[in-house]
Amino acid sequence: MIDFARKSLLDNPYLPQQCRIVASTPQTDDTMLFRVRLEDDRLAESFSHMPGQFVQVTVMGSGECPISIASSPTRHGFIDLCIRKAGRVTDAFHNLGQNALFGLRGPYGNGYPVEVMEGNSLLIVAGGIGMAPLRSLLWYALDHRSRFKDVILMYGARDQEDFLFKGELLSLQGRDDVKTLLVVEKDPDNSWEGDVGFVTELFDDVDLDPETTYAAICGPPVMYKNVIDKLLDCGFSKGRILMSLERKMKCGIGKCMHCSVGFKYTCIDGPIFTYWDAINMREII
Amino acid sequence: MKIVKLPKNKTNDFIEHLQSFGEVHAPQKKGKKSCAFQPVTDPSKVLIGEEGFLRTILPLKKYFHKPVDTLLKFSPKTGFEDAYEEEGNKVIFGVHSCDIHAILSLDRVFSGKYVDTYYFRRRKKVAIIGISCVPDDLCYCQSMGTSFVEEGFDLFLSDVGDGYLVKVGTSLGDDMVSSAGDMMTGYGDSDINEYKRRINEFPSLFKTKVDEADLPAILDMEYKSEIWEEMGNRCFNCGICSMVCPTCFCFDVNDEVCLDGETGERKRCWDSCLFKSHAMVAGGHNFRESRADRFKHRFLHKHQAFMGDFGRPSCVGCGRCTQDCPADIHFVGMVKRIKDDITCVHSGEEEK
Repeated sequence: MIDFARKSLLDNPYLPQQCRIVASTPQTDDTMLFRVRLEDDRLAESFSHMPGQFVQVTVMGSGECPISIASSPTRHGFIDLCIRKAGRVTDAFHNLGQNALFGLRGPYGNGYPVEVMEGNSLLIVAGGIGMAPLRSLLWYALDHRSRFKDVILMYGARDQEDFLFKGELLSLQGRDDVKTLLVVEKDPDNSWEGDVGFVTELFDDVDLDPETTYAAICGPPVMYKNVIDKLLDCGFSKGRILMSLERKMKCGIGKCMHCSVGFKYTCIDGPIFTYWDAINMREII
Repeated sequence: MKIVKLPKNKTNDFIEHLQSFGEVHAPQKKGKKSCAFQPVTDPSKVLIGEEGFLRTILPLKKYFHKPVDTLLKFSPKTGFEDAYEEEGNKVIFGVHSCDIHAILSLDRVFSGKYVDTYYFRRRKKVAIIGISCVPDDLCYCQSMGTSFVEEGFDLFLSDVGDGYLVKVGTSLGDDMVSSAGDMMTGYGDSDINEYKRRINEFPSLFKTKVDEADLPAILDMEYKSEIWEEMGNRCFNCGICSMVCPTCFCFDVNDEVCLDGETGERKRCWDSCLFKSHAMVAGGHNFRESRADRFKHRFLHKHQAFMGDFGRPSCVGCGRCTQDCPADIHFVGMVKRIKDDITCVHSGEEEK
């Protein structure tokens, strides 16, 4: 029986907090990186999350949608949200403008299991907008560099116009404590200085120890399949392959069922699942 | 557990007496053929298992998880405000064992790591008076292990012929019987014997039986069975099975905006995983595009996925879905077909 005297019955998990856009940096035609901060200073300073978690964002008059957190918990006081115009709410978010207020609740989801990943090498494989949640993990690892063995980033975008966090990621190529492999699929005017091709082709350039490496993947469905095949070929155990999934999260707290896959809720059991989980959850990708 | 007896000729007086604990709701006729939980103004109109009026149209969830519920009010000036409006106490009389199990199931869903405040603020204002019943052709609570309850009620009335043995489940229930004065009596040997006779006879009254043992694993093996395509073609995706189901809880969330374009309300309303939009994401991709996929998803959630989460199927065997399905889908028949048919054809071998 439920204990109706429980105090937590009064905390309303559906109530968003006011949050402000403090900066915005264009990334592509339809994608913008927004730096936001909760209005209540106490909440802004105490906000903490795990890489891979997401928040629910409300634009008054348009509705609410889930957005993954693109900043690392090692950087305090602000949250980065990389938002692509993909529907009613995200379109409206882009129209809000500098300094505008919106609603935010969260963080939600399990996030990456960083405690078990620490002490191992980290391979990050991202495609397109999939770099957004992985940017949080990337900077977590770089800010806690001594806690990881090798850190390898593989990122592929359709072309230079679709390349996210370009300056930031290109500058990582100058660091010797992270191996940064960046590709574009198409380079019609030959202006890209790096490799042209698919992320899967980057596996030839790295030496991976599947026993001591965790691979974190996020990207379009077709990329998952090809990258997972590569990792399995390398000898990765299914539990060391971590995927970030997208579903229609309406409540974010495991009630509304919209994000259910089998007996898992993407919002509270995920959005980070191992490939082993995925095999046991049909219709997952 | 404290037990007293309520003679049947005092039942109406007791229902009247319950009004002092909150607005009494009980099953009463709705139209000619149906009954529904409604406020009681005349206790003589309360239906207690009259033939043809065994199950209410909607289960109890309508009191806690409302068909449409306003969650928030918002405006650029004041931000977001909780729109919950305090409700008075209610006493719901005449709740069957399956429906009480369903509420216990919803309690689990709406609690856990995150507590659904809207559900529980209403839940704690409602007292539940259960009552024993006699199964009809569609009932299969016996098979689902929900034909008896040990918790989840304030009082539970078990028919012993000339009266009811009243189990007192909570302190509030005790207040209800203690303040009822001489409406309540003690009980004797003949009452105990009659109670036991009925309990022993009960399993033989069921015409519909089903064995769920090992169903989750069999459903995994039958994931590619032709039965899903066949049922997908038959199912209209109308969602009525979800609406009347006492354990279905899916909801959709939408903002209703005033003409100024900025202020408004956030509402949630009952949804069904049979609806096409249920698993659609931004950009238009639908993770469950076909009717067969959606039908399978609902069935698997009831009989397989919920087991993984809460250790029992979410179905309580009330029979509402089968009674109300306009496509005449017999849900127990489905379980039987999947479990018993050893000749069914599978589209393609399962991969390793």
